[in-house]
Amino acid sequence: MFKIIDAEFIAPGIKRFVLEAPRIARKQKPGQFVILRIYEEGERIPLTIENSDPDKGTISIVVQSAGKTTRLLNSLETGDHILDVVGPLGKPSEIEKFGTVVVIGGGVGTAMAYPSAAAFKRAGYRVITIVGGRNKELVILEQELRAVSDTVMITTDDGSYADKGFVTDKLRQLIENGVRIDLVLAVGPIPMMRAVAEMTRKENIRTVVSLNTIMIDGTGMCGGCRVLIDGKSEFACVDGPEFDAHKVNFEVLVQRNSMYREAEQRSLTDYERSMAAKAAPQEACAIAQGEKR
Amino acid sequence: MSPVAKKSINPLSPKERIKVPRQPMPEQPAEERNKSFTEVNLGYSPELARQEALRCLECAKPTCTDNCPVGVKVKEFVELIVAGDFLSAAAKIRENNVLPAVTGRVCPQEDHCEGKCLLSKKVKPLGIGYLERFVADYEQRMGTHVIPNVQPTGKKIAVVGSGPSGLTVAGDLIQKGHKVRVFEALHELGGVLVYGIPEFRLPKQIIREQLDYMREMGVEFETDVVVGRTVTIDELMHEEGYDAVYIGTGAGLPQFMGIPGEHLNGVYSANEFLTRINLMKAYKFPTYDEPMVELHGKDVAVIGGGNTALDAIRSALRLGARKAYVIYRRSDAEMPARAEEVHHARQEGIDFQMLTAPVEFLSDGKGWLTAARCVRMELGEPDSSGRRRPVPIKGSEFDLPLSVAVMAIGTTANPIVQSTTPGLGTDKRGYIQADPETQRTTRPGVFAGGDIVTGAATVILAMGAGRRAAGSIHDYLSTGQW
Repeated sequence: MFKIIDAEFIAPGIKRFVLEAPRIARKQKPGQFVILRIYEEGERIPLTIENSDPDKGTISIVVQSAGKTTRLLNSLETGDHILDVVGPLGKPSEIEKFGTVVVIGGGVGTAMAYPSAAAFKRAGYRVITIVGGRNKELVILEQELRAVSDTVMITTDDGSYADKGFVTDKLRQLIENGVRIDLVLAVGPIPMMRAVAEMTRKENIRTVVSLNTIMIDGTGMCGGCRVLIDGKSEFACVDGPEFDAHKVNFEVLVQRNSMYREAEQRSLTDYERSMAAKAAPQEACAIAQGEKR
Repeated sequence: MSPVAKKSINPLSPKERIKVPRQPMPEQPAEERNKSFTEVNLGYSPELARQEALRCLECAKPTCTDNCPVGVKVKEFVELIVAGDFLSAAAKIRENNVLPAVTGRVCPQEDHCEGKCLLSKKVKPLGIGYLERFVADYEQRMGTHVIPNVQPTGKKIAVVGSGPSGLTVAGDLIQKGHKVRVFEALHELGGVLVYGIPEFRLPKQIIREQLDYMREMGVEFETDVVVGRTVTIDELMHEEGYDAVYIGTGAGLPQFMGIPGEHLNGVYSANEFLTRINLMKAYKFPTYDEPMVELHGKDVAVIGGGNTALDAIRSALRLGARKAYVIYRRSDAEMPARAEEVHHARQEGIDFQMLTAPVEFLSDGKGWLTAARCVRMELGEPDSSGRRRPVPIKGSEFDLPLSVAVMAIGTTANPIVQSTTPGLGTDKRGYIQADPETQRTTRPGVFAGGDIVTGAATVILAMGAGRRAAGSIHDYLSTGQW
């Protein structure tokens, strides 16, 4: 059992948890993730570690409500427990050389990009951070990122905050302005990572993406997380989660991530119905009767 | 048991014993069990067990024991069955084997004890596995384990992995008075016994009972620890004060064939397929959250001919598959699966496509599997394994319609422990180097055994390695000599 030390929403539907996990806290490095299972009947899902505090023995994760498991997770509060948390898994980010790095975070991916940005800064990189969100409320960790970046650029899809547009617009500007970029790290929705990869491919800029795949054990045993890298099968859990963006077959990634879409939808619908029933028994009853008609 | 040689209590003469037929294992009818995950074999009654035990010839030099990887004293425990003292029979087995209820079910006895049984020269061998299972289950039902009373040594051993090898080490060392803590990467204990072997062959309750017994003896367990990631071997030894470490992490990464279409939705590794079913209970979706591809009314094939392949395809059949194929590139004679499993699978209606191999997986254009393009094979000259090499027959290609294909063609070494333990020697395939007698690795105080040393093998071979390791760990801790 892993205790939730702190839980707070940092944006609508996005919650940050601080968990008591001393073993993981001691070992975590940027780029690594945990797999958790909330309760006995629960599925195992991978989540990137946002930060850790080895002295306090805690790690933090940032969770966006999407399917049943993430919604259930986001309904937990300080003092609640998570049944299983295992990690840190995956290879840490490779942070060795010096130069200029552009760290791109899209949506909740920003939380995953944050520890890497901080590590790049510590390693002596010049850090240019681009953060994108659908709207103002979904731009997260701005202050944290400003503290570890030389420059922070922000875009929103709807223009409700900072500049209207996409993270790739900012990346294009940097390239067009002749900024020397040694490395790009992009973490976010697959279409965003793919668009970044296409843009930097033409410019021959080394680009790394962090892939979020379907996983069970997270130790290489099941092979469910396999991705096509340069035409060859690799396992996101042990060979990744970070890969050379120019070698990733994004089409296969999208296809494999959609494998359980129907089941996921069903889980979510059942979950929402049960939540509605708890919140307003009469209302849920009426809905159920309505469906029968 | 008196050290003085005593006369046999078996009333039958050797000639009479040979005339007693091997007692068949009662089993669920094939047409019922292929729809259910309840256990296929039902187990001997005390009467059947005694009748079978009477067949033992009580050889002066029992080859059964010599050929048992953990050295179970077969003659002695069988004689105790004849005497009707089933609990003592169980205790006798436990002297050498900490998981008798498991090995009695999943051990390939034909390759070990029963394969060398003197009876098999004339008639069918003694049902040693069936008898082992009987006494282990009997002991369990009676609920009377003997908890050995031992003097604590003050030494601490970390066991990495709670599969058959690690559990053997833990069970042996705790009985020698050492403190033992077992680390497991998954959320449930038992390794391949829980995520790999299905309920119908090895009920999970059996494992839970064995684990409870170990806890009673004092073994500590910690789940959700991936040694190499969560904590390293060096940290266990230098910071957490373990005097010795045993690595039994299993074989690991599933292999794929490298043919087109293996990334399609509907193509699984056997490890993933079985883990979803056995560990995550995906077949109980939506009661359990983990999903899997619907198998009901679908055509499913497994590629491979080992126990894992048969476990996967027999599970698919139980989950409602319309057609369930085994696609194996060699012939019956080369199939590595346990004989009883092949027999059971045929009874249940599995379609064996022998001397056949897929060359490509075909899709519906939307990323889902629709068929396997296969080629027929013939056997050529023997290869490095000594088995005749399968050679494709030109022009024999055909398409087998499939919704799900499960790859059960073996595994490669999981590198996590090796890559995070400086000085731990590996062979060229990446498996940990360990002395075959002592299971010592190249790192003082660190021992290893099971699939992570040998590559994918059997439960009993992993247990054999665990037993040897426990002996040499005890020697090392007693003498301090490496």
